[in-house]
Order: sequence, then structure tokens, then C-alpha cells
Amino acid sequence: MGDIFTTENLIFMLRGAGVSLLLALGAVVIGCVIGILFAAAKLSRSKILRFIANVYVEIFRGTPMLLQVLFFYLGVPVLYQRITGTRMSADPYIVGLIALSCNSGAYQTELIRSGIQSVDKGQWEAGETLGISYPTMMKEIILPQAFKLIIPPLVSEFITLIKDSSLISNIGALELLYSAQVLGKRYYDYLDPLILAGIMYLCMTVVTSYLSRKVERRMAQSD
Amino acid sequence: MIKVEHLYKTFGELKALHDINLEIDEGEIVCLIGPSGSGKSTLCRCIHGLEKADKGDIYLDGEKMDPKEPAKYAEQRKKMGFVFQHFNLFTNKTVLENCMLAQTSVAGKSRADAEKTAMELLTRVGLADKRDEYPSKLSGGQKQRVAIARALCMNPEVMLFDEPTSALDPEMIKEVLDVMKDLGAQGMTMVVVTHEMNFARKVADRVIFLDGGEIVEIAKSEDFFSNPKTDRAKDFLSKIFYD
Repeated sequence: MGDIFTTENLIFMLRGAGVSLLLALGAVVIGCVIGILFAAAKLSRSKILRFIANVYVEIFRGTPMLLQVLFFYLGVPVLYQRITGTRMSADPYIVGLIALSCNSGAYQTELIRSGIQSVDKGQWEAGETLGISYPTMMKEIILPQAFKLIIPPLVSEFITLIKDSSLISNIGALELLYSAQVLGKRYYDYLDPLILAGIMYLCMTVVTSYLSRKVERRMAQSD
Repeated sequence: MIKVEHLYKTFGELKALHDINLEIDEGEIVCLIGPSGSGKSTLCRCIHGLEKADKGDIYLDGEKMDPKEPAKYAEQRKKMGFVFQHFNLFTNKTVLENCMLAQTSVAGKSRADAEKTAMELLTRVGLADKRDEYPSKLSGGQKQRVAIARALCMNPEVMLFDEPTSALDPEMIKEVLDVMKDLGAQGMTMVVVTHEMNFARKVADRVIFLDGGEIVEIAKSEDFFSNPKTDRAKDFLSKIFYD
């Protein structure tokens, strides 16, 4: 071994870790937007909206994530070709981000819904007596309070995404796990790159939970 | 100013309100009193529309309040301010922001205008120096005074108070009642659900005594406390005053 840990290879792995982190960050943000929209649909009076939101959540929580990734990368282009007759090339990074976002969106829908529902009903009533509209109430009062409540589970969702982004290696996106495999193949040594990848994943997840505990403590002070 | 006609409300089996009829004049202070579960809070909430009555009509300034005409109904509701037992201040907003949100988002005022009004009213309730505090840093009495200022910021014609002092520590009650008394003295029409009999006796023009979801007695407040007409009211008063 020894010569596998060159600066060049370390930078290669770090770049992979960066891709993993960016994918997870992107997915948690896009998933959050999806989550807010579908949570609003779930809490709406419209039966159709509630039904659509339920179907979405059940599909993405009830099927394996790897299947979802493969479906978006391999399945959707076929579907596209059948419908339009033209071919479509799928970029593994973008497809990976979409798949991760949709999956996370389903989990975040439930998180945000429960967060919204645990905001004191009196806040809504106060808004009602002041004539404040539903969108303003949501944006100014309810969502900020709901997010404060759901920060811990949201952070654990982000940590899950850092790890689950490794599934994107299956469609050829050069993230951390795939980078480790590339090095392993080149040097006929899988042990060291895999251990190194594991350490890098741990660094990302441990630092994230440390930061979230700090944020939580600061938020608790303002209560 | 407010007229309630044949109002009925049930919660499942429970008859919360049964054939309520009353009228409240402009500038009048009316206290709704009665035992717990008598329907006084439900009546107060129905007048504002926080609870929907099963049957019956409510008129404001001679015009019927009808949720089926949403635009007009919303305008009518804006003429009424509401103060809750549990304050319901927006916990993620400062005192000043609590008083400004509806002004800027509903009344369409500029931030400067809204802030000016908010500070005037916070000064009036004696809390101008708390403008940048979050509600969690305030005492119960201070929270309720902010809640009153917040409602007044929307320039209501009527103020409804739903047990405004019931969640307060005893030594905080007076500061809130004083603010309410001042408000009444300045001519605000007020409907107050309360257990504070001394407030009802000294400040209210009339009291409405409810029991079991029905109005048992409506009387001028001095008459009610010195000479209640119904046996139920006599019984109630004999039990709450400790001689």
C-alpha cells in the first residue's frame, strides 16, 4: 500500500466527498420546498390535493431508494422516448439530485406537516381575529415556529441524505463512494479507499450533528 | 351596535348556547358572567366568528354578519378586536412586530405608519420600553397588555375579551383590568367575559348572567349585584362572595 495515499488521490476522494455533500445539501433544500408544498396539500380542505400528497408520500417512502434512482436514470429516458419519440440523455448528477430530492421530499412532507400541526392553535386564532391572510400567517408565523420544532429531525434527515447519496454511485456519478471504488479498482486495493471513504462520511455526519446541537442550544435560549 | 338573535350552538350532545338574544349599544361595557361551562366564552367567540353558530344571526351596526358573503364578512370582523385568555401573542415576533404585522399585511399601512401606531398603543398600555422583547420574556400581565395593544392597532369599533385575566397570577390582574377600564372610559364598546366580579360591578354598564347555555338575567350592573332578580343569580352571587 502506501503509495495509494498520494495528494492527488486524496484530492480525488475529497472532491467526491464534496459532490456527496452538495448532493445532500441540494436534496435537503429542494426536498424542503417539496415538503412545504405537499404538507400544505395534506392539510388543505381539498380531497384531491390530500389524495395526491398521500400517493406521493406512500410511493417514495414505500419503495427502495435505489429503485427510485435507477428509475429516474434508466426508466424515465425510455418513458420519454416512448412518448415523444426522441432520445434524451440523462446526466447522472442531475438525475441523482432529482431522485434524492423527491425521496427526501416525501419524508419532509410528513415532518413539516407534523411540525405545522404542533404549532399552538391559538396562533391561528390570533391571526384570524386580526384578519391576517392564510399565506401571510403561514409565512410569518406558522412555518417559522414549525421549523424551530422540526430542526432536530430535519438535521437527521440531512445526515441520512449524506449517506444515501452514495446510492448515486450506481448511476456513475463520481461522489465519495464511487471515488473510493475507482481508486480501489486502479490499485487492486479496496480496503484503504473504503476505510478512507468511511472516515470522510463520518466526519461529515459527526460535524453536522455537532453543529445542529449547537444551533438547538442557541434556539432554546431565545425561548 | 351588536345584536344577537336566536343564537344556538351545540358541541356534540352539549347545548353550549340556547336561544341567545341580546343587544349591545355603542360605547357600552357589558360583562358576560356565569359559572364555568355556562357558554359565556362560546358566546364571545361566536360574536367574532371564531366559532360558527348552528343557528341564529349576529348583526353589527345593523348589518347581518354572513360568512356566505366573505368579503363583507371579513370587513365586519375587522371592526372587532379580540383578546384571548392565553394571550396568543406571536411567539416568534417581538412585541413591536406583533403589533405591526396585521397593520402592514392587512390594513396596508407603511412600516413607518404601523410603527408609529404600534408605539402609541404600547405607550398607552405602558409597555413602550418592551418593544424589542420576545413574548417569552414578558410576564403574563405584560403579555395581555401587549395583546390588547395589538388588537387596538387595527382600530376596532368593538373589543371582545375572553377571560382576559383568568390565566394570570393574582398580582398581575389589576394592571390588565386598569388598561381595560381606561379603554372603556375612552368610549370603547366592550364585551368582557370575566370572573372578576369587582370589575363587572364597578366598570360594566350591564351584566349578562348565563347558565347552562341560556341567558338567565340581563341587568344594569349595580342592580344585578345589589338586587339580583332570579334565584339562579342570587345563588351564584352568594357562592362567589366570601363575607
